[in-house]
Formats: sequence, C-alpha cells, structure tokens
Amino acid sequence: MSDPDFTFTIDGTTIPAKPGQTIMEAADAAGVYIPRLCDHEGLRHQGGCRVCTVKAGGRSVAACTQPAAPKLVVENETDHINKLRRDLVEMLFHEGNHLCPICEASGNCELQAMAYRLDMTGPTKFPYLEPCRAVDASHPDIALDTNRCISCSRCIRASQDVDHKGVFGYVGRGIHRRVAVNGSDLAHTDADITDHAISADVCPVGCIIRKGVGFATPIGEREFDHGLIGSDIEGKRRE
Amino acid sequence: MSELEKARIATVSLAGCFGCHMAILDIDERLIELMKLVEFDRSPLTDMKTFTRRCDIGIIEGGCCNEENVHVLRDFRRNCDVLIALGQCAIMGGLPAMRNAIMHSDAPLRECLEEAYITGDYIRNTTHQIPNDPALPLLLDEVYPCSDVVEIDYQIPGCAPSGDIIFNTLSSLLAGRFHGFARENIKFD
Ligand code: SF4
Ligand code: SF4
Ligand code: SF4
Repeated sequence: MSDPDFTFTIDGTTIPAKPGQTIMEAADAAGVYIPRLCDHEGLRHQGGCRVCTVKAGGRSVAACTQPAAPKLVVENETDHINKLRRDLVEMLFHEGNHLCPICEASGNCELQAMAYRLDMTGPTKFPYLEPCRAVDASHPDIALDTNRCISCSRCIRASQDVDHKGVFGYVGRGIHRRVAVNGSDLAHTDADITDHAISADVCPVGCIIRKGVGFATPIGEREFDHGLIGSDIEGKRRE
Repeated sequence: MSELEKARIATVSLAGCFGCHMAILDIDERLIELMKLVEFDRSPLTDMKTFTRRCDIGIIEGGCCNEENVHVLRDFRRNCDVLIALGQCAIMGGLPAMRNAIMHSDAPLRECLEEAYITGDYIRNTTHQIPNDPALPLLLDEVYPCSDVVEIDYQIPGCAPSGDIIFNTLSSLLAGRFHGFARENIKFD
C-alpha cells in the first residue's frame, strides 16, 4: 500500500503533497513560486544553482531536490532568503559578461527576470570577472556565447536525456568549469536546430543562440515584459 | 516656492551615449511639475560647466572610461548630498565596458583603439595613428562602474531608463519617501 498524501507549510500556507514529491513540485502544484534557474520542467532535477534555497525545518536545502515531508515547516519568501538568492544571482551576472542592452535574450532571459524579481538594483559589492571566451558561431543555425553561460547544465541534461546525443558537457573544475561541446566546435557535433537542448526554453540565458531569429519580438511583447518570472505559477493560486 | 527652497539637481554624462539624458526629457509634460520643485545647477541641460553651490541630487550618466570621468565623478560626490547612477553604463559600465573583455586579446584597450583608428575595415585615418593629443584625457585600462569609484546612493536601471522610472524615483526622493522600485518597472534594457 502506498503512503498517504500529506500536507506541509510554506510561509504559513498549507501545501498538499504526495509521497516522493519535492518541495518545489508540491509548491508549483499549489501555486506557490519558489525561484529557480537550473531546474526546468521535463528535465531531471539537479540542485545546482541554489537559487531555490529554502529553510526547511530550520535547515537550508534546495527545494528542487529536497523531498516534501509531513508537517515540514518551510520558509520561502523571507528577506533573509531573498537576500541570499539576490547575491547568488548577482554573482552569476558578475561571473560572465551580461550586457543586457545588446543581448538577444533580453526580455526572455530567466537570469535577468530573476534579477528583476529579486530587486537586484543596489550598488554591487562583487568584482566583475569579465571572461574572454571565444564565441562559437561555426554551426549554420546555432551560435554559442559561453560568456553568458550560468552553468545550469539544462542543455547537458536535455541533450543527454531527451535528445540522447550528449552534445554538451562540462570541462574544467571549480571556477574554471564551463560548458563545452562534444567536438572541435558546434559544427563538428551532431547538434541540430530541432534538438530539445537547442530549443528556446532550455537555455535560460542568451548563451545558446538560434541564428536568424534574434530581436524578432519587440520590446513590450517579450516573455517577461508581461509579468514577473513565476507569475504564471502564482497565477494558479488565484484561479 | 521660492527659488532658494527648490532642490538643486546637477547632472553629467560621463562614458555614456547621452541616451540617459534624453530619457530625462522622456518624462514629457511632467517636467513642468518637476521644475516647480527643482532647479538645475551644473548640467548639459543648462550648459553650466561648474557647480554654483552645493546640490541636493547629482545624476550621473555613464561609467568611467578616462581620468577626466573620475575627476568629474569625484567632484559630483563632493558637491552633492545624494548621488544617483542613471542607466546601465553608470551602474555596470554598460556598452563601453565591452572593451574590457575582447575575445582573444591580452591587451583589449590596444586592440580596441587599433581597430577603431588603424585596422578597421571602414576607417579612413590619414595619420594612421591613434589620437594622442596631450589635451585628450588619458584612457583608463578598463571602463569602471560609478560605484567602483565613489559611493553611489541610488541606481536607476535601464538602457535607457524609462521616463516613468526617472520621474517616479525623483519625485519620491524629493518627497522623502522613496522605498525602492516597483519590481515590474525594473528593466536592464
Ligand atoms: S543572458 Fe540574460 S542576463 Fe545575460 S546579458 Fe543576456 S539578457 Fe542579460
Ligand atoms: S549553455 Fe545555457 S543551458 Fe547550457 S549550461 Fe550554459 S546557461 Fe545552462
Ligand atoms: S545606459 Fe544606455 S542610454 Fe544610458 S548612456 Fe548607457 S548606452 Fe546610453
């Protein structure tokens, strides 16, 4: 006999959950948004970016991988946690070159949208690392600008698990770890514009670029011009 | 309100494109409302090159790409109670900071100048030299955000920021009740 359904709370709201569900899965279903960057619908959870950090029973955990448990008390939208998340997002900006005004992902970018949601507007205390990585524009339909990569590994998981190709992978360690392709350049891989890993949804930023479609949507009509990131999930609660 | 009671605002464009100053004009007819509360001191809008007296608010467009920018920014910090970085260039270097990280280059500033004045495909520069007149301010090794050089009190994001966010921020600051931006109005482009 399977375990019965149960409830727990997020910021005082009662959330129904099924055994085996993560905190984030249960929260999504209940219309409570927990910020996330590396987690993506249809891809296996990873718990890498830590933007979804919540306090569960007083401990900091990644909501995308931590199973929900009966009567668990979860804190999500507190000033303290949001400040930690803002610092994480700010460090992602500083680790790469994020010149939003010239980026074709601007307005559709989850990193940028997360910065808006977390109010990343104060003077910074972090240095800019300003990497100088070569852009790979070898493929006829796809370009790769890893100066904007946030190492979320969504492309790696999508290419491995969905496309069964393994076009993307990590090279290097620690601060030097970055995404690379399985070949001398993108043109020498079996990457294809129809791959799930290349689709507009998978790369959260402007690193994987589909050639010839940039800047097609005017300012004001792009995804996050319509509302804060997470508002679709939060909208479920009001319905 | 007498002239003396009005808040004084100074503005300057450092390493920016002047777009942020154009955006100040985007507040349109609300300028009339604003001008009842403020008077502009040193600013490209008044063509005054020096401070006539201490100012309540200094508005900075652009980051620092040369030594003159640093000098002017410090002068603003000394002469203004509240300093606002307006737009992405002032906040994080913006487009001029593209020269900080040029692919394949160990000397990005040199590569940038050589491409701009000597090697670029669309250049006609009969001297074949990078401008080097002593009157030109010395370029910095990199383009720096304003907050790297002086303490900045507020940053208004955007490239250029919308007239709405500029007007709302200035009017709530002047009324002493600025409590941050509505998240829907934060834009980095
Ligand atoms: S990837 Fe996103 S955050 Fe980075 S420059 Fe592009 S729009 Fe901005
Ligand atoms: S290329 Fe995009 S999807 Fe892949 S790891 Fe980098 S940011 Fe994530
Ligand atoms: S932020 Fe944009 S509009 Fe303002 S000076 Fe820089 S490039 Fe121009």
